[in-house]
Amino acid sequence: MIETDILIIGAGPCGLFTVFQAGLVQLHCHLIDSLPTAGGQLTEIYPKKPIYDIPGFPIVMAGDLVKNLTKQAEPFKPGYTLGERAEHIEKMEDGRWKLTTNKGTEHLAPVIAIAAGLGCFEPRKPEIPNLIDFEDKGVDYIVKDPEKYRDKNVVISGGGDSALDWTIFLADVAKSVTLIHRRTSFRGHLDSVKKVNDLAANGKIKLVLNSEVTGINGVGKLENLEITNFDNDEITKVSADYFIPLFGLSPKLGPLKHWNLNLHKESIKVNPQDYSTNIPGIYAIGDINDYPGKLRLILCGFHEAALMVQSAHKYIYPDKNLVLKYTTVSGVKAF
Amino acid sequence: MEAVININITDLLGNKHQIKVPTDMGLNLMEAIRANDMQIKATCGGMAMCASCHVVVCNSRALPPMSEDEEAMLDDAFLLDIPYSRLSCQLKLTPELDGLEVKLGEGTGE
Repeated sequence: MIETDILIIGAGPCGLFTVFQAGLVQLHCHLIDSLPTAGGQLTEIYPKKPIYDIPGFPIVMAGDLVKNLTKQAEPFKPGYTLGERAEHIEKMEDGRWKLTTNKGTEHLAPVIAIAAGLGCFEPRKPEIPNLIDFEDKGVDYIVKDPEKYRDKNVVISGGGDSALDWTIFLADVAKSVTLIHRRTSFRGHLDSVKKVNDLAANGKIKLVLNSEVTGINGVGKLENLEITNFDNDEITKVSADYFIPLFGLSPKLGPLKHWNLNLHKESIKVNPQDYSTNIPGIYAIGDINDYPGKLRLILCGFHEAALMVQSAHKYIYPDKNLVLKYTTVSGVKAF
Repeated sequence: MEAVININITDLLGNKHQIKVPTDMGLNLMEAIRANDMQIKATCGGMAMCASCHVVVCNSRALPPMSEDEEAMLDDAFLLDIPYSRLSCQLKLTPELDGLEVKLGEGTGE
């Protein structure tokens, strides 16, 4: 059982900055995120895109902002439960919340801060009739442990950066790697595209363009894939131990929907004074909340995190008076 | 040429809406839909990186050609094969688009 003061759902910019703000008032935090790495949208969707509206940074790459926020949070030793989705909450007798993830990891805290952006990211799945029958039986949507594919025959499909990056990485690990792409050009980084083309030219991987996987066969586990070529509609069978479709992720509000929170469209309604929700002890900050005048900006999420932490402190320690301290005066007292 | 144009939008429930959009603010269609309080997911905020602002164009208008990014994103999201698919965040609203009719596509709601 993981115990903390503030359980933060979502390790995006807003969740990460909450750790820092909470640390300043001596509250410990633990972050939960369905993605295997911190950063939320910034890491998952646009790590190499510039952001121009972070105060004090005329320009910062999204990925670099995440790196800096993680470093800024580090003195306060946040815990991380990554690659797991916050699934279920339960109020305990002592007033704390027990939060269980989809993998069964249990967390206990008096306060939950939902900083889940647009929800949890789920893989986009290609439309292959019996695809779901082979999930965890040869079909993976996310590469968690590359060692799993050592000396195996792997087929990857997709044309973006993750498809290219994993093709390059697994070329040295797997017995064989076949990359299947629906088009003839890739939209990943130029150097990744070049590497993939070089690997194909040297016979290290097999590149199948203008094609897609249209069928999966096997008894109890994946055995072979049917690949349709768009030029001539010819179907080729390729034997495979693993099929990894990498078509990006799209966010879904997910289990939060069933927590009896006051929802408005896809957002959680909050009191704009402290970003508390209709449930005592649960707050919502950043892109996921809604109040009159709401702006979905990272900088607004930072502001909300600072105010929310003050209120959370009052909620946890109703008898303690909090005096605002300036970091310039007091410094950062690491845990 | 009109400074304010009309755009007709059919939402996911099949309801039709007409919105008036000024053409002097550099808005794209996704932003115009949002500005009129209609639900559209548009996760990435307009970078052609998520396809959750997908629309299907219902009447022919002189639409700007797709960029490579837009085409590749639609393809990645398995939407390119749907005829007249576009990413609304990539459609800049100009006077020529007065009377444009679109349907919100799959992936724009929950």
